[in-house]
Amino acid sequence: MRTIAFKTIGIGVAFSPNLEANINEAARLALFFGSRLVLIHVGESSEEKLNKFLGFLNPFKDLGLDFEVTFKSGDPVEVILSTTNEKKVDLLIIGALKKENFVKYYLGSIARKITRKATCSILLLINPSKERVSCNHIVVNGLKDPKTEETVATAFFVGHKLGANKITVVEEISDEEVSVKVDDDKSLRKSTIVKERLRLREEMRVKTILSTIPGELTKNIKIKSQPIFGKRGYSIGHYAQVARADLLVMNAPSKMTFWDRLFPHDIEHILTELPTDVLIVQ
Amino acid sequence: MRTKKSSVVGFVKTLPQNMFSGLVVSLIALPLGLGLAMASEAPPIAGVITAIVGGIIVSILGGSFVTISGPGNGLVGVVLVAITTLGLTATYTAIICSGIILIILGFLRLGKLADYFPSSAIQGMLAAIGLIILGKQFHIMLGNKIVQDSGIDYLLEIPNTIITVFQFKDKGLIYAALAGVLSLAIMVFYSKIRNKYLQLIPAPMWIVIISVGFSYYYELILKSANPISLDYMIPAIPDIRTIVTEIPSPDFKMVGTLSFWSSVVALTLIASIESLLSIKAVDKLDVDKRRSNVNKDIKALGLATVVSGFLGGLNVVTVIARSSVNVNNGGSNRSSNLFHALFLVLFILLFSSELTRIPLSALMAILVYTGYKLASPVIVREIFTIGKEQLIIFFSTLLVTLKVGLISGIVAGLIATFIIHVVVTKSVGLFIKNILKPNVLMYKEEDGSYFISVKHFCSFLNFNTLKTNLEAIPEKNDVIIDFSLCGFVDHSVMENVDEYQELFHKKGGNIEVIGLDVLGAKSKHPFALRRLLPLHKILPDNKTKRQNNLSIVADNFNLSYNPIKKSNAEFLENFIYFKTKKIEHTFNELKEKNSQYQSFDITFSEGEFIAKEVVRTTMLYIKVSKKIPAFTLDKEGLMERLYALAGYEDIDFDSHIDFSNRFYLRGENPEEIKAFFTSELVRFFESNPYYHIESNKEGILICNKERIASIKEIKGLLDFGVRLNKVINNT
Repeated sequence: MRTIAFKTIGIGVAFSPNLEANINEAARLALFFGSRLVLIHVGESSEEKLNKFLGFLNPFKDLGLDFEVTFKSGDPVEVILSTTNEKKVDLLIIGALKKENFVKYYLGSIARKITRKATCSILLLINPSKERVSCNHIVVNGLKDPKTEETVATAFFVGHKLGANKITVVEEISDEEVSVKVDDDKSLRKSTIVKERLRLREEMRVKTILSTIPGELTKNIKIKSQPIFGKRGYSIGHYAQVARADLLVMNAPSKMTFWDRLFPHDIEHILTELPTDVLIVQ
Repeated sequence: MRTKKSSVVGFVKTLPQNMFSGLVVSLIALPLGLGLAMASEAPPIAGVITAIVGGIIVSILGGSFVTISGPGNGLVGVVLVAITTLGLTATYTAIICSGIILIILGFLRLGKLADYFPSSAIQGMLAAIGLIILGKQFHIMLGNKIVQDSGIDYLLEIPNTIITVFQFKDKGLIYAALAGVLSLAIMVFYSKIRNKYLQLIPAPMWIVIISVGFSYYYELILKSANPISLDYMIPAIPDIRTIVTEIPSPDFKMVGTLSFWSSVVALTLIASIESLLSIKAVDKLDVDKRRSNVNKDIKALGLATVVSGFLGGLNVVTVIARSSVNVNNGGSNRSSNLFHALFLVLFILLFSSELTRIPLSALMAILVYTGYKLASPVIVREIFTIGKEQLIIFFSTLLVTLKVGLISGIVAGLIATFIIHVVVTKSVGLFIKNILKPNVLMYKEEDGSYFISVKHFCSFLNFNTLKTNLEAIPEKNDVIIDFSLCGFVDHSVMENVDEYQELFHKKGGNIEVIGLDVLGAKSKHPFALRRLLPLHKILPDNKTKRQNNLSIVADNFNLSYNPIKKSNAEFLENFIYFKTKKIEHTFNELKEKNSQYQSFDITFSEGEFIAKEVVRTTMLYIKVSKKIPAFTLDKEGLMERLYALAGYEDIDFDSHIDFSNRFYLRGENPEEIKAFFTSELVRFFESNPYYHIESNKEGILICNKERIASIKEIKGLLDFGVRLNKVINNT
């Protein structure tokens, strides 16, 4: 297993009311992870813009933040993606937009496109703030997938760095796996047994994954494993919302085709209804 | 899990009991079958054929336990329309087609179809069917056959018919009208009289017996013809040989037409809705609390409908009133449904010629009562208490159904409901964007209880996802349903969740609903709020004379008195007496300070729909301080001997012959009971008045007559209870 680290953190910045909050969040995270921060602005470079960015960044500079500001005009999606590659960004931060009623969050169309196409890990922030809000509870997926092991490890890395005190590994078991349909008392008994068996199997699997996590990362963190039965990708978001998680960590989707967008699944569900901050691990 | 052998033994043991129950059900099924078929303008025997075919096939292949199948009330309107537009033989074809569709629905596991209809719209549709039945048959009941265009016209003609009756000159018509009115009176007052011998035969059968007796009285004693006009007698019923030889051949000529298929769709829709509602209601009555396999039942009903259609019968559906009679008479498995069919065959074999002695007007009185029950003002009042907007849905469904037809009616109800939901939430997007999302999350918490969270909205449109999750939880568990992420919860959902709460509660589990107060506090969602309101209505200050006297009794016996209605009577649930009864509330409670004794008035209901009887009675409950066996003690009478024949065992004592003869004692564990009934206790029972006494191991329930007791009787009851408790504590 490779050592997990985010060497370079990137963030796309535009002059929106959220600018200060976004920069603050990114800078704080860079400090926590000990990474370099790359500010990517789509547009012509100018003294005025640079000064504004520097104005926000300077307080962090004193704390030892290493950063860089890039300017490039063009199509926002293209620019951000190409800069990420150039600068070897391994974590891209994207801020989500709030809906009018201040309860629901969603991603703008640009952010969505970036999320789908990016080759690095992505952190979607629903509620960037100027002040630091602590991250207590992290929910991470425990899907049966080759990527899961690394995702779980990343969750623990992040949790360790941000001082989280609880991590819940959620195994989503889809209804198709519970092959018994409930019709009457007999089939109900059968399906309960099948579910229990699946639960145990999943918990065993998660346990093996957890055993690979270095001990220093799991220190001081309460670990919980929670199997849920429901639609893959959707239910975990719902769970994160119910469990009041501060961060949801998920596998990056394997591939995105046209059909995936038409019949949303996995990550697409999360993108339409951001339950909390989401980290997609590539 | 039970072994196969013990279940076979149990089956054989309960067989006599099921046979008895099947007999009682067949007594109600015969007149209803004839009546329902005639009301749909099919030959009267069609109804009986439906019941026979349904009883045989569904009892063998069905997935429910104590339901009875046969011709349904709801279908009268649809079959009537089908027969008038398509003709009889093409209607049989339509029935066969709807049976095939039902089978397909069963295989596609679409038994849940009825969940997608809002409950107020279903109520409206059922009320409309009730009015169609009532409107049409009312005239025949009074001996004034008329033909009108639509259901509404028949209703509007009712005053005219009443006026016409008083102008009858023809004696035959007067007698017909009298028979009708008398029969209606029997239907109405039957449930008010609590007499176990009278109640053994269902009201519709009393009507048959009395009218056949009346006809014989004229023929044999007065030696004159039956005075009721021949037009108002049941037309000749073919004997079994003619039925077999003259099976109608289905006519496939109309298959290409639109009206044929709209009939098929209506038949299928109503048949499945009626069956599903009935299965759900009957499952609640089941003593053994089993869960019906709805899809298996739908398949069996579909097959039965196909066969019935080929034999000249109507759609086979699960029927609520007959099923509840079955449960009340001790039916415990599907064999009672089979026996009901076999008894019907027997009746047709033996008495088919006697049935023509029944006046048509008397038979139609049964249907008028059925129709009234479907459209009773009580239903409208109940819907009104839930919310005015529900009334809009109810009446728009009702009126469109009456004026245009059933399918249009239910569509109107769906549209009205959706529009109201959109108006209430002021958002179409909420529904359109989220309708297909899997909005329900369920997981098992570490302590073993289940947590269900519902997102976005929950209404009749997507209740199914919540239902599927609820169904997958064994009912003995604790469940929390959280609606706090939901923007809108509608009345149908609240009603269904309430039903699940009741079900879980019965089986030892619990459902708690949270997060609704959030909705209420923002006062955006009145549906959920209003649903929660009406339960504890505080009794007005002006007490009745009896209540004043009760508070005096309370002072004399040093008890506390509380007149207010209470709906939680959990301590009564384990008593066998209440297994097939639904407790509504207790009131006028007299309670000892350390709550060892409590007497109360109680309202409970028995049976469903037209077989429903609401009973108010007074009882005494004693919490015993030591462990005693569970038993039931009754005065031994004719009925108890009959029960003993039907498989209920009476525990007799060799040393107390007088007691054994006079009392009917039963319970699960005879040895323990015999040890408990010491000579002293036996002498106590012998020397005191009779009461129905029941123990559920923790407490004793004592009651006497099935009516509210007088002050004197309450004093007697209290005195008896106190002395009985002393004797028990001494032994």
